[in-house]
Amino acid sequence: MDDQVKIYKCRSIVKGSGSGEAIISRDAMCFYLCDPETGIVIERNHSISGRSIAGKVLVVQSGKGSSVVQVDGFYQMWVKNTLPAAIIVREVEPVIVSASVVVGKTMVDRMEEDPFDVIKDGDYVEVDADTGEVRVRRSGA
Amino acid sequence: MHKNYSGGVVLYLSDDEKRILDGKEGTGKQKAMELLLALGLTFDAEKLIPIKRAHVALSGQEGDTYWCELLLEGGAKCVVPPTTNPSWDIDSLTKFYDVTREEKELGERTIDVYRRIGAKLTFCCTPGLGTNVPFLGEHVAFSESSATPYVNSAVGARTNRESSVSALAAAVIGKTPYYGYHLQENRYGDFLIDVDADLNEAYDWGILGHCVGRIAGSRNPVLRFKKQPKPGPEDFLYFGAEAATSGAVAMYHMAGITPEALTVEMAFKGKAVPRSETVITDKDLLDEEALLTQATGPVNLVMLGCPHYTYDQILDVEKLFRGRKVHPDTAFWILAASDAVELADRSHLRSRLELLGVRMVADTCIDEPCWKSFENSLGITDSPKCAYYRERRGQAFAVRRLSDCVEAAVKGRAD
Repeated sequence: MDDQVKIYKCRSIVKGSGSGEAIISRDAMCFYLCDPETGIVIERNHSISGRSIAGKVLVVQSGKGSSVVQVDGFYQMWVKNTLPAAIIVREVEPVIVSASVVVGKTMVDRMEEDPFDVIKDGDYVEVDADTGEVRVRRSGA
Repeated sequence: MHKNYSGGVVLYLSDDEKRILDGKEGTGKQKAMELLLALGLTFDAEKLIPIKRAHVALSGQEGDTYWCELLLEGGAKCVVPPTTNPSWDIDSLTKFYDVTREEKELGERTIDVYRRIGAKLTFCCTPGLGTNVPFLGEHVAFSESSATPYVNSAVGARTNRESSVSALAAAVIGKTPYYGYHLQENRYGDFLIDVDADLNEAYDWGILGHCVGRIAGSRNPVLRFKKQPKPGPEDFLYFGAEAATSGAVAMYHMAGITPEALTVEMAFKGKAVPRSETVITDKDLLDEEALLTQATGPVNLVMLGCPHYTYDQILDVEKLFRGRKVHPDTAFWILAASDAVELADRSHLRSRLELLGVRMVADTCIDEPCWKSFENSLGITDSPKCAYYRERRGQAFAVRRLSDCVEAAVKGRAD
């Protein structure tokens, strides 16, 4: 059962590695609208509103919001150690990329399969941006 | 070559660029190069290209200041000294208004670190009007959402919509990734808008920009005018500032006006001109104004200068006052480029306005902690962008044309 690890190729945007429980955000995210103390998403009407992204592997549709607030949002969470362990982005855009480089947070995109199809909430995911691989271990199933 | 899974374009780095990426020239330049590379990958850039001009939209927010410190402490200096956006004039404004010690310290820390990394401390959000003017076709890296469309469109220089952090990285490396608006094929218009409206002052151009931004999103609009106008620098500024606030417009064409649209056909690469997507009339501009804050009531602050006022605009303010004075319960601030304030000093325009109760300050943005003491009452401005950002910080603003702002200042209330 535990051997059910699938490996997917991906592209490295910000190098490094990180692993943890997956959390899936089908909505784009503005990190300024997370509580930096807890990592909980405080944006109303957001698909993961009320849940913490701290220490998890965040699978996110894209980024949104101005560069100033996105960079500051990443920074405040980085200082409090509440950022995700790594970020898998479905559609990258310049602002989320910039914010991730500023704090050196591992980020990948272009997984060979759609991450929304092959990663579920609660899966254990390892992101290795140095080798360009995402390893997914299914939870429970 | 940099590995790029997915078979897309491969970003070529020269040996010198690879040395920087490997950290051989210090961790500051390495971080800056990592950012340019990540952005280049994101947009399938094939290479980096040299620039000789940059503008950094320094914000004074902590994340942004941290990035500048990170590069500086890693030994980096700007090889292309960039001009910078305003923060706030700490010495003069703390005489008037209270801020917390943390806010003051962050302001001082921001100015200090940009000084040490070798930026040109212009503290002005309208570099294209004076302190940093590119030429037609020049490749540059400009952040500041109103400066980007200005230099792309009114001037015909080439920049992407940079963030403050990416523009600083470009200034440190002297290069920017070659994608987007740097490539000729991406600079043609995406769609046509007909404009059949009277545009008499910068405010009208701002409302038109607000309207166009909502329609355009991040597309590149081509405007065709029924009555051919002759916009001046402030008109382009107001138009672009609002189109980048209600939308994400980084470039536009005005047929017969902007340099890459001498004709409407030229804006569409000489191909067939598409049918216009919409016609904007005087009524549409009135409707657009109605979407903005139409609040009335006592005003505690008149705030002008988003984008920064020019000397000519300060002269307009004096004319509209006709010797009357600002109401005692209302503060009147003009935020202006430092060269405009300097000229107003020399010509005594500044002291004449001060006698009427009008103050001006250079180097200062509307979105700074020094303005928070006004946050219990209504303000008034001629800039929808100002109203948008101040509202987020907790002060509602009525948006009116300049002459109405002056009347409100005299009466102490917006009608």
